[in-house]
Amino acid sequence: MAIELQPLAQFTIERLIPLHIGRLDISYTNSALLMTIAVALITALIVLSTRRAALVPGRWQSVAEMSYEFVADMVDTNAGHGGRDFLPFVFTLFMFILFSNLLGLIPYSFTVTSHIIVTFALAAVVFVGVTIIGIVRHGFHFLRLFVPEGVPVVLLLLLVPIELLSYCIRPFTLSIRLFANMLAGHTMLAIFGGFAASVGVFAIFPLGINVLLVGLELLVAALQAYVFAILTCLYLRDALHLH
Amino acid sequence: MVSVALPQMSESGPPDPLARLGKRLDRARSTRGGEPVAGPDAAGGQQAMGLGLRIGVEFVVAVVMATGLGWALDRWLGTRPWGTIVLFFLGVGAGMTSVYRAVTGIKMAVGYRRLDAPEREPAKDEQDDEE
Repeated sequence: MAIELQPLAQFTIERLIPLHIGRLDISYTNSALLMTIAVALITALIVLSTRRAALVPGRWQSVAEMSYEFVADMVDTNAGHGGRDFLPFVFTLFMFILFSNLLGLIPYSFTVTSHIIVTFALAAVVFVGVTIIGIVRHGFHFLRLFVPEGVPVVLLLLLVPIELLSYCIRPFTLSIRLFANMLAGHTMLAIFGGFAASVGVFAIFPLGINVLLVGLELLVAALQAYVFAILTCLYLRDALHLH
Repeated sequence: MVSVALPQMSESGPPDPLARLGKRLDRARSTRGGEPVAGPDAAGGQQAMGLGLRIGVEFVVAVVMATGLGWALDRWLGTRPWGTIVLFFLGVGAGMTSVYRAVTGIKMAVGYRRLDAPEREPAKDEQDDEE
């Protein structure tokens, strides 16, 4: 049997253009390539489709407008009053994750969001940004976020550490959720693909499962981008409107 | 009276393409009928799935991260079992509060507001469901 079953091989990072500054490795990798493609595609979609903006939108223009309105709606309903200021950030985040997830589903490509360092970097930007916004907007008062309303003083001894902990855990839940979903889905696809390649005539069954899984993964790809963006909105609301 | 009525008549005479489109859209919507009802319903299911995916991770990560933090603190301060034990229970608490809040619809991990708070008007909630 010549077929190797290596379901995790798809996640290896390869240096396409080796680059080093001192001892720092800043090579242009396949991960960086996919990010570049994602950014280029998003920019092309938005710029090209709105260049000749018509009152009655064509196909591409309505794709761009729908995605914009979807995110704008999400920000309005979840981030509350004043959330509109952060719409460009949330929109960029949503589109980047969505395109990375979807590009990863193309066979032989690479899923950027299946690497925790990428998702953690995104989540850390959100976390640090939201904390800074909260401190700038509310100053020292921001710490009231960790003190629940109407609770006896004795219980505060227990509740404040819990609140603090669940605040500090946010970047981890945010990043692990996206990373784990993408990693698990793509590993599963590769495993069933490997089955299909090795069992001959009966390949129809794992192949069928894979067809269904691709559908599921499409849903997960969109849903995870949505979840990431909506949680960013909710965190922003925390920082903008203290209780 | 007549002079007022006449411009209106003449205005409706040459059909504005946009108004025509609007009328066609209205007609299409009214014939389809079920669309506004089915829309939020399907979206509600999608939102529930998003919520489910959210809270699955929430609890596990809270416990694991807190315990890991406690373990690291123990190694640093040399207080062998205590940091791990205390932070494990705090992590369970934090995970439970996160899940509880996500499920009760307060939808905030930290710094929650009471459900009857004036800033959360029900109209916004309904819009929320439409996505």
